[in-house]
Amino acid sequence: MDKSLYKGIWIFAEQKEGILNGTPLELLAKAIELKKINGDEITALLLGNHVEPLADTLISYGADQVIVIDHPVLKEYKTIPYTEATVKMIKKYKPSIFLFGATTIGRDLAPRIMARLGTGLTADCLDLKLEKDGTLVQTKPSYGGNIMCTITIPDHRPQMSTVRPKVFTAIHAEPGRTGKIVLENIDVTEDESTQVLSVSPKETNGEPIDKAEIIVAGGRGIKAKEELALLEELAKLIGGRVAVSRPLVDEKWMTHEDQIGQSGNTVKARFILNIGISGAVQYIVGMQNSDCIVTINKNPTADIFHISSYGAVADYSELLPAIITEIKKRK
Amino acid sequence: MKILVFIKQVPDTINVRIDPKTGNLDRTGLKGVINPFDNNALEAALKIKEETGAAITVVSMGPPQTEESLRIALAMGCDEAVILCAKELGGADTLATGYTLASAVKKIGDYDLLLFGRHAVDADTGQCGPIVAEFLNLPQITFATSIKVEENHVICERDFDDYIQKVKVKLPAVVTVCAEINEPRYPSPLGIMKAMKKPLITWTHEDMGCDTERIGKNGSPSIVREIFEPEHTQKDTIMFSGETDEIAKSIVDLLEQQHLI
Repeated sequence: MDKSLYKGIWIFAEQKEGILNGTPLELLAKAIELKKINGDEITALLLGNHVEPLADTLISYGADQVIVIDHPVLKEYKTIPYTEATVKMIKKYKPSIFLFGATTIGRDLAPRIMARLGTGLTADCLDLKLEKDGTLVQTKPSYGGNIMCTITIPDHRPQMSTVRPKVFTAIHAEPGRTGKIVLENIDVTEDESTQVLSVSPKETNGEPIDKAEIIVAGGRGIKAKEELALLEELAKLIGGRVAVSRPLVDEKWMTHEDQIGQSGNTVKARFILNIGISGAVQYIVGMQNSDCIVTINKNPTADIFHISSYGAVADYSELLPAIITEIKKRK
Repeated sequence: MKILVFIKQVPDTINVRIDPKTGNLDRTGLKGVINPFDNNALEAALKIKEETGAAITVVSMGPPQTEESLRIALAMGCDEAVILCAKELGGADTLATGYTLASAVKKIGDYDLLLFGRHAVDADTGQCGPIVAEFLNLPQITFATSIKVEENHVICERDFDDYIQKVKVKLPAVVTVCAEINEPRYPSPLGIMKAMKKPLITWTHEDMGCDTERIGKNGSPSIVREIFEPEHTQKDTIMFSGETDEIAKSIVDLLEQQHLI
């Protein structure tokens, strides 16, 4: 493979029902950093139907070029047509780097593309660095975040990664920024073997956890399911939602949708209060990018204190009612 | 109906450390178990077997001790097991692993449903299901939270980030499953006895006719440059102390500063 033929940093501009989710903008922010090393152009690949208006948004967040494939077959996400369309574009334009969000679609699509091209794909990256010779150095967690690996794809192109959502921060949009929009008219074959029967929003306890700005989180230290009511009451008073660490999902007190941690969700809250959570590495990785981290734990040596901005060694079953009373007093 | 379930043997804990002397993973005292999500894949297959009388073959690539996990899968109720084992297969990334698993599927020949766990808890990639689907040119449903077989289709609900997507796919197909899909069973004492008599076959890359350029280290575009333990940035934590009421006041002061009340 002649690597010198491959140039440019690509990101996959995931959209559902004509709305970009947050990850393409996060990927663009990282791409801007990588571009500083070798000056490679940033391209966003946008697939869908009637999605062209999103191209300007992508440009305002840092894309130099947006390649749009607008096709009725791409209206709803299906693995096989999306693979076909993306592979055609990779073969035509030969990017050196291709980043996907580690979302359901990214994790479903990227390995399929990688296998068709016979290149490498690093899953769930937490950091990316570019070396002068164009090698992408990808850092990914293994063993639930207990071990980190740096991975390279030295002799194959494109170098592909899925990137964990909420790890990189989107830049502020620059309205009016100019870029190139390329409309690609290609044939995309319908996948007759797959039928999407329905798409329905998940039932959750309020807003999706990865979008929550204010979180009250409980863990193994919570003594009974009924005590979650205390957390709920406090969350309500401060306009937040309750989340949990894995032990409480294992107990089936809350669902996977409410879980913070490796196999659950990554959060980047403005304020998070950890109650009875000792700080398993998966949990810490899942919330450490939050702005204000406050921890209440009975055990003064709990690991989670190390990454907290504020802490209190206390029994939550006494402290939470006192906090609730104090808030009510001041309101 | 023929179901193939793919399992991986992983350490029984993810709380692993790096041996500071060798820089490698410290494997002392680590016992091998079936990857937890693969138990969900096995359970899904066994439920379909109970309803339809399907035959289940369980497949794993790994060192000889992987046999222990395959015996457990047989004891749970699978009908036969295949271990893909040769030193040439070692050091494989997901592409080479997917190629090897797909080669095994081609050798098995008849199959309707291929089941995987959503990811393995050691490498955390979740790529093998889609890669095998690609090499066999099959449709796929990843992150399934329910599964039902209806004539020549499989119907799944899947975790679609903020949504639940319900998908119907024509068999043969690949499905990867989440933990929410079921409660895996434990092998019964009778199952364990029966498992001893069930076929457990070993195939090497030669048995499967693999291209030696596409297996193991040779067939792996990805290279692990370094492994390390993560450093968590230590913050200067401000600790609130005093009686419960005083701590409560300090925390509510903080909530006020943060404009939360």
